Amino acid sequence: MTTGNKTAAIFGLALMAGFSACGEGQGNGNQQVSGPVEISVVGSTTVQPLAELLSEAYEAVDPNVMITVSGGGSSVGVKSASDRSADIGMASREIKDSETADCPQIVVHTIAYDGIAIVAGHDVDVNNITMEQAGDIFSGAITDWSELGGASGVITVVSREEGSGTRAAFEELVLGEEALITENAILQPSNGAVRTTVSGAPGAIAYISFGYLDDSTKPMMINGVLPSAETVSTGEYPVFRPLNMVTYGEPVGAAAQWLDFIKGEDGQAIVAAEGYLPVN
Amino acid sequence: MTSGSRHYGARTGMENTMKTVLLISALASVLIVLLIFVFTMKEAMPAFREIGIREMLSGRVWRPGNDQFGILAMIAGSGLVTLGAVALGVPLALGTAIFLSEIAPRWISGIVRPSLELLAGIPSVVYGLFGMVVLVPLVRAIPAPGNVGFGLLSASIVLAVMVLPTIANVSEFAIRSVPKGFREGSMALGATKWETIARVIVPAARPGIISAVVLGLGRALGETIAMIMVIGNSVVIPAALNGNPLTIFLSRARTLTGNIAVEISYATGVHESALFATGVVLFILIMLVNTSARYLLQSSISRGGK
Repeated sequence: MTTGNKTAAIFGLALMAGFSACGEGQGNGNQQVSGPVEISVVGSTTVQPLAELLSEAYEAVDPNVMITVSGGGSSVGVKSASDRSADIGMASREIKDSETADCPQIVVHTIAYDGIAIVAGHDVDVNNITMEQAGDIFSGAITDWSELGGASGVITVVSREEGSGTRAAFEELVLGEEALITENAILQPSNGAVRTTVSGAPGAIAYISFGYLDDSTKPMMINGVLPSAETVSTGEYPVFRPLNMVTYGEPVGAAAQWLDFIKGEDGQAIVAAEGYLPVN
Repeated sequence: MTSGSRHYGARTGMENTMKTVLLISALASVLIVLLIFVFTMKEAMPAFREIGIREMLSGRVWRPGNDQFGILAMIAGSGLVTLGAVALGVPLALGTAIFLSEIAPRWISGIVRPSLELLAGIPSVVYGLFGMVVLVPLVRAIPAPGNVGFGLLSASIVLAVMVLPTIANVSEFAIRSVPKGFREGSMALGATKWETIARVIVPAARPGIISAVVLGLGRALGETIAMIMVIGNSVVIPAALNGNPLTIFLSRARTLTGNIAVEISYATGVHESALFATGVVLFILIMLVNTSARYLLQSSISRGGK
């Protein structure tokens, strides 16, 4: 079994190499001399569809660049940028202090803002809640619609899983420092699954990215304000978060040009067309 | 040395090479299991050290953001959903197996058997989708406070259908392997067909049927994506919704596999390690099931031999 153990050790080490820390990776492919320059973009599934549109638009302008966008979640996005396994990481939330502490070299580029809407099923007859009530609903302090002036019925809270950027942002903005989302909540691992669950389950309420709003669920007013890009920009609607791109150090070459394109007029026009808020 | 013995020498050389090749293939699976266990264990060690094995196994609260890593709720969830799947799936699978091997005319088994194979070939995400849009609304119609359809019952039904082909196929094979003499002897003694099946054939096939059920158990414990889609994923210890204890199956839950799959893409540090620890617990659970199956199988064979 000695040989077996040795092989196990070698195999284990090989696997561990995948978990390299801040800045240890090979860096990006920008130094390539010939062929198209590749930019790898990894992270938040909320930013992903927007990033894909922005990459298509940029590739049309500069055919020498090939941008590959893949998901994994905000934390994976920050991690990938930190260890340089990707050129750019995506995060649909603020970067945590612990993440900048782990890798002080990372640079954050906010490309858009995204609102988070509270949605309920069409069977719910409550249309307007206050911020405090929203916090109480999602922390489990309010459990029946009659406490909010609606017809009596159990409130079914639907939430994203722990670690989701949308959940982290929502917890911070609506529940505050202390409260946590009730453990009775149904957890679904994506915006789409959350929406499907809310549209079906009786008395259900959840939060989803503006990009996923449609007729299958009913958006809730907060303090009398409907969630929309317009009400966020006027400052009336309070629940929104930045969509970020993260790079290791200041970006160079094609990655820098793409980020400039996104922050420029053409990129921000795409951001607005998709229902997100431009940076300025 | 005659030419005959040289030929013989070449043959033994070939024999030995083949033996070694086959030995290596056989050892590969042992090695892979070992590697996976060692690696998972290694990644789980920080969690076991920082949180404590007992705290993890008995902790009721899982809040990684708050550094609370109890997996008792997930152990209960996995256990109950597997129990439910076995309770629903085993009678159905045994019925299918007995029907196919003892009763079915050729043309009916010509329809049933391919259907079973097709059932086994459906990807689990499709089962999950079906459960989510068809089963969950049906279960939701059961009147009980707080019943939203997502929960153990929906998950158990989906899982029962998923393990049906495995249990039915292996049981059918076990029943077919019962020597013809058993049937003829029983009939000759005046037993009816049903008496023969219930008293002679099924008991004789018991070791095979037990291993069929255990294979199903293993598959049930390991199922992931279909469970995530219908079980609700709430980290709560399932409890009855009203006075009727059966309503525990309307409760939401999370499985050990679901815990890993839902959170691994976000996890870092102790959280990530705690998910590997969840994997270790799952690994040991499945090992326990398999070992007890082997024990049951042996004791039932030795009893049968008496």
